[in-house]
Amino acid sequence: MGVATRLVSVLVLLAAWQAAATLAESRLLPAPLAILDFIVKESATGDLWRNVGITLTRVAVSFFFAMGLGVLLGIALGRWKAFNLVLDTPLLILLNTPALVITVLAYIWVGLNEGAAVLAVVLNKLPNVAVIVREGARGLDPGLEEMARSYRFDRRTWIAHVLVPQLQPFVVAAARSGLSLAWKIVLVIELLGRPNGVGFAINFYFVQSLNVAAIIGYSVVFMSVMIAIDILILQRLEAHVRRWR
Amino acid sequence: MSDAGAERADALSVSIRSKIYGAGGPEPVEAVRDLSFVIRRSEIACLIGPSGAGKTTTLRILLGLDDAYDGAVTPDPREAGIAMVFQEPRLLPWRSVEQNVRLGLPRSDRGRDLDALFESLGLTPWRGRYPGKLSLGMARRVALARALALRPRILVLDEPFVSLDDRAAASLREIVVATVAREGMSVLMVTHNVAEAIEIADRLLLVSARPASLLAAVALDRPRSERDRSWAEAMRDDLANRFPGVIAA
Repeated sequence: MGVATRLVSVLVLLAAWQAAATLAESRLLPAPLAILDFIVKESATGDLWRNVGITLTRVAVSFFFAMGLGVLLGIALGRWKAFNLVLDTPLLILLNTPALVITVLAYIWVGLNEGAAVLAVVLNKLPNVAVIVREGARGLDPGLEEMARSYRFDRRTWIAHVLVPQLQPFVVAAARSGLSLAWKIVLVIELLGRPNGVGFAINFYFVQSLNVAAIIGYSVVFMSVMIAIDILILQRLEAHVRRWR
Repeated sequence: MSDAGAERADALSVSIRSKIYGAGGPEPVEAVRDLSFVIRRSEIACLIGPSGAGKTTTLRILLGLDDAYDGAVTPDPREAGIAMVFQEPRLLPWRSVEQNVRLGLPRSDRGRDLDALFESLGLTPWRGRYPGKLSLGMARRVALARALALRPRILVLDEPFVSLDDRAAASLREIVVATVAREGMSVLMVTHNVAEAIEIADRLLLVSARPASLLAAVALDRPRSERDRSWAEAMRDDLANRFPGVIAA
């Protein structure tokens, strides 16, 4: 029932779009079929999948660093009040600095290279992850802490069976919101200063030929990939960490 | 030393001269003052006092969880072989009943055969369950299993029967008494329920309202079977007369 409703809503949207495009007869509003046509042709040349692959790699690398550093930072902030006091304001500033500003400054200071691109995403995403995980680290159950101390849990046992299970829901939430944030920023970063990737391709078709079918085509393919990752990996991970509830 | 002497030897000696919360702050609170007692080998001692008297503070000190006090616990709580059953079961909700019990053991000991322990506590059918699926009475049994798995010399129970219905409380009480008789460990039970204490204790340690100090240690004679209902009631009335602030009639 739920699936059928979702399917009908998408089909109605597509039909309305197709009808509007047919009526408008403008290359600024291509029909869904025209976009599909572009996707097939661009796939055939290999450009589409090469650009998607490059962007995905950038998302993956920066996601990995941002999550790793953000989780460690979040735990430290949540556990040590003095540390939190020192970093709270810088974090707030970073959290409110526009992605565009961080990106431009990274390119200016580091250079127009991959390192700057990854750094820009990490700096954009890191504060979000840290703030979410900080909440988790602050909310650690003091009763369980006392139990673990009185039973002399060794460090490894404490991390694996007391700390990590309590942080897992926060880390997964940070990963999900972080991933959707990261790939959007990666496109902007590619548009501003990389010679390849989905962001570059979209900018290319915008500036060179105002090819709207290409712009939407690239977006649709990449969005589909990211939604698939969310549903197939992250949502399952979330269900897994909540299985005991 | 004779055998009888060895049996009466102290398993743990607690001497707290003072424990102050917020010392040096604007409103220091003295939770404990002059509270000294011993736990003897193979006895069940009950620490009884009004709510908020500082009983939990005392427990935290004798468990080695709080070092900021004036006094001494000997032997060192880390080496005294103490296992604790907290009032809230404090199980890891994301681990099964069995894992909860095993994780309380040192790493090298976790693979040990625990079938007899689970069986004796009636937990065998629940071994694979998550604690969230258990009633409070069952969860307390798991917490007790976790403590007993350590084969402690001293078992500390903080209000183990509170919030249980009569049947669950009675069955848990039977388990505790039977286990202690079988394993020969010492027990320190903290409670505010005199009837409960009189039913199972060898000695009552009566504690005053905050700041907690020891009012009296009352030995209850054995064998336990001679304690019938009227004896217990007389005992309770007598204590209530002698310590009106501590024990409600």
